Amino acid sequence: MVLSINGDKHEVTVDPDVELLIVLRDYIGLTGTKYGCGEGACGACTVLVNGNITRSCITPVNSVAGKEITTIEGLEKNGELHAVQEAFLATDAFQCSYCASGMIMAAVALLKHNPSPSENAIVNAMNTNICRCGTYPYIVKAIQLAAKS
Amino acid sequence: MKNPDHLQHPFEPMTDELPPEPGYHFILDRRKFLALTGGGLVVAFVLRDMLSFSGETLSPGNSQVPVSGVGAWIHISEDGKVTVYTGKVEVGQNIRTSLAQLVAEELMVPLSSITMIMGDTDLVPYDAGTFGSRTTPQMGPQLRKAAATAREALLEMAAKNWNTTAGNLKAENGMIVNAATNKKIGYGELTKGQQLLIPISDNVQLIATKDWKVAGKTVPKINERNFITGKHQYVSDMKLPGMLYGKVLRAPSYGAKLLDADVTKASKIPGVVVVKDENFIGVAAPDVKTAIKALEAIDAKWEENKGHPSNENIFDYLVKNARGESGGRNADDTKGNVEQGLTEAEFKHSKTYNIHYIAHVPLEPRAAVAEWIDGKLTVWTGTQRPFGVQQELADVFKMSKEKVRVIMPDTGSGYGGKHSGEAAIEAARLSKEAKKPVKLVWTREEEFTWAYFRPGGVIDVSAGVKKDGTITAWKFNNYNSGGAGLATPYKTGSQQIAHLPSNTPLKQGSYRGLAATANVFARESHMTDLARLIKMDQLEFRLKNLEDDRLIAVLQAAAKSFGWNGPKTQGHGFGIAGGFEKGGYVGCCAEVMINGDKEVKVVRITQAFDCGAIVNPHHLEQQAMGSIIQGLGGALFETVQFANGKILNSGLSSYRVPRFSDIPKIEIVLIDRKDIPSAGAGEACIVGVAPAIRNAIVDATGITLNTLPMLPNGALA
Repeated sequence: MVLSINGDKHEVTVDPDVELLIVLRDYIGLTGTKYGCGEGACGACTVLVNGNITRSCITPVNSVAGKEITTIEGLEKNGELHAVQEAFLATDAFQCSYCASGMIMAAVALLKHNPSPSENAIVNAMNTNICRCGTYPYIVKAIQLAAKS
Repeated sequence: MKNPDHLQHPFEPMTDELPPEPGYHFILDRRKFLALTGGGLVVAFVLRDMLSFSGETLSPGNSQVPVSGVGAWIHISEDGKVTVYTGKVEVGQNIRTSLAQLVAEELMVPLSSITMIMGDTDLVPYDAGTFGSRTTPQMGPQLRKAAATAREALLEMAAKNWNTTAGNLKAENGMIVNAATNKKIGYGELTKGQQLLIPISDNVQLIATKDWKVAGKTVPKINERNFITGKHQYVSDMKLPGMLYGKVLRAPSYGAKLLDADVTKASKIPGVVVVKDENFIGVAAPDVKTAIKALEAIDAKWEENKGHPSNENIFDYLVKNARGESGGRNADDTKGNVEQGLTEAEFKHSKTYNIHYIAHVPLEPRAAVAEWIDGKLTVWTGTQRPFGVQQELADVFKMSKEKVRVIMPDTGSGYGGKHSGEAAIEAARLSKEAKKPVKLVWTREEEFTWAYFRPGGVIDVSAGVKKDGTITAWKFNNYNSGGAGLATPYKTGSQQIAHLPSNTPLKQGSYRGLAATANVFARESHMTDLARLIKMDQLEFRLKNLEDDRLIAVLQAAAKSFGWNGPKTQGHGFGIAGGFEKGGYVGCCAEVMINGDKEVKVVRITQAFDCGAIVNPHHLEQQAMGSIIQGLGGALFETVQFANGKILNSGLSSYRVPRFSDIPKIEIVLIDRKDIPSAGAGEACIVGVAPAIRNAIVDATGITLNTLPMLPNGALA
């Protein structure tokens, strides 16, 4: 099976029903995407598939073959951070940061669909991502900053 | 024949996970320091009781320092790089950053020249663990003194080189400068060719807090770029060459006994290693899916325990199963005759408060990677107690601690929930058999089921008060929650306060703020009810009975910023609560709104916090924010549901934690007391949230809730 991840083609030999998260982390070595709950309830495993938010922990890998997958590792281009990453850096939003990849991917997708979201729109869009450290207000601030830039 | 190396699986309830004193006092000699760090200057913090050692520069003749006597050390290398070695660990509280700030301040070096080596048992001095908000008040001053001692030693060295006195010189930006002669020399150059090991001088002059330039300021999280690009390697991200993936067979319920297990089928799966060692059964496989398949292929028969309580009847159970002794760190606190105090009261109020078990839910579950090389075990694991886990491993595998190295890369949070070494032991056991490195990451369900919980509890409070607000009697019995926050800061005519441990049906242990969340909830709820009985304002009643200036100050600061005496919308209520925990003072105001369907919405929270001199304002605010938001979960809806020895909500779709939409407007007022040593900041801010919300609900409706969580369904009954 050939996967297109962050613009690169990866040939993997796995059972078709293996979760995308496992393939990304254990087979391709892209460990920026995290395991948090295994049931699509916390958002730590969020990646983009054709630009749409996808919970990689409940996504069988064969369902994304041939589609464009973007992970946290794919945001930085030629040593330059994505504008959303820059905004999170400037806000110094996270604590343990385990949720960071999922939060940032969800924020990238949100701003792509809605470049200047209201606070309510941010809360609604991000509500399926959990930060147990409770950095939510800083994450909202970072997304607002990214929207401005 | 019984395997002498068998694994004792530590599943028994953890009633006291605080570590014992280190069992051994190995001798650390000067050569080990220097082999570790190469040439240069090493300043070691030596505990105060090592009197024979204090104030001397070590010569090879008396270079032996018991490991247990050293708390931290700082090394300045010949290229001027500063390395700080401490057993404290980073779990998201940003202590890596704030400790580095304190060292940079005293040593007068740029923050970027400092590397923090944390939580690696081979490299850092013994440390009991990162808990109890101890890092800032204990490790902070140690490192400040070590850095200041290094600074003074460097000044002396330069003075000697230049034939002058240290008083004519100053340290700045990693150099010693003689302003009169315009001479400069870098720290690295000064230490070149030297091999110096000196103890900390207790008399060393620290930079006054009011003069701080690097400490006391907001600086961003160290290594932050690695975290937002996904590059940071948490333990669960690690991969070693040839590494296998481990899984452990879990019992179907607590206390279930393994009768028989057939592992033949699992063993025949290519590449799979099965370990069956008494009650431990685990597998290791080349990939995680194969490990899961192997686990499913094991045919195990269990005898389950009957008669477990459930969360429906847990409060009766805890009272009935009280061990009949008071205990905990805060023992009985009795003053006067409380029964007489109650008869003297003009108003009496008794209530029982119930606290459900809740879970820490660190977003990164327990994880470990273990590797054995030539009889030495190395385990990377996310733990708040690397040395505690080292001891656990040494005990389980019957080997000396020197043969066990535990390394703790910055982990995906803990909140008091990662004090134990289960995953480390499991990975090590599998790795030993497989003779290959093994990674073992707990599933969310395992984390919910086999870690430990914040204790449930029952708190009986009876109090008497006079019309003028004098508290004549205060009777406070806490079943099982614990002793933290048990004492009352309010003046009482008589009091009887006790913590009564119970036999707990669930494994319980530390949690952010420990029992203070429960005790402060009961106390502050009761205080508001007493105020209402005598028709006195909640805040006024508290202030009338307080003597502690700092607690008074935070309550007043919170009330002022909140607008305590300001207008209140119809259907809204205001509540207040205050508390002191781990050196931090917190005053919390909450506003709630109740709609026609009796749904409660927390509109806003204002919290004032004083934990002494602030080291990093942004990171302190984040700790306060995190505590408030975590506190919201336990206040409103978090409950571990259990029955028949099983956890019924062991996933994040069934166990509810706070999300973006649960967050009210939160205002944090930080009080910077430069005249008071910095205390830890990660815990105190959790204690006021629940009672402030509860008291706001009372204010709006007269309904006196008494169980945490208060609103599992979001509405009043």
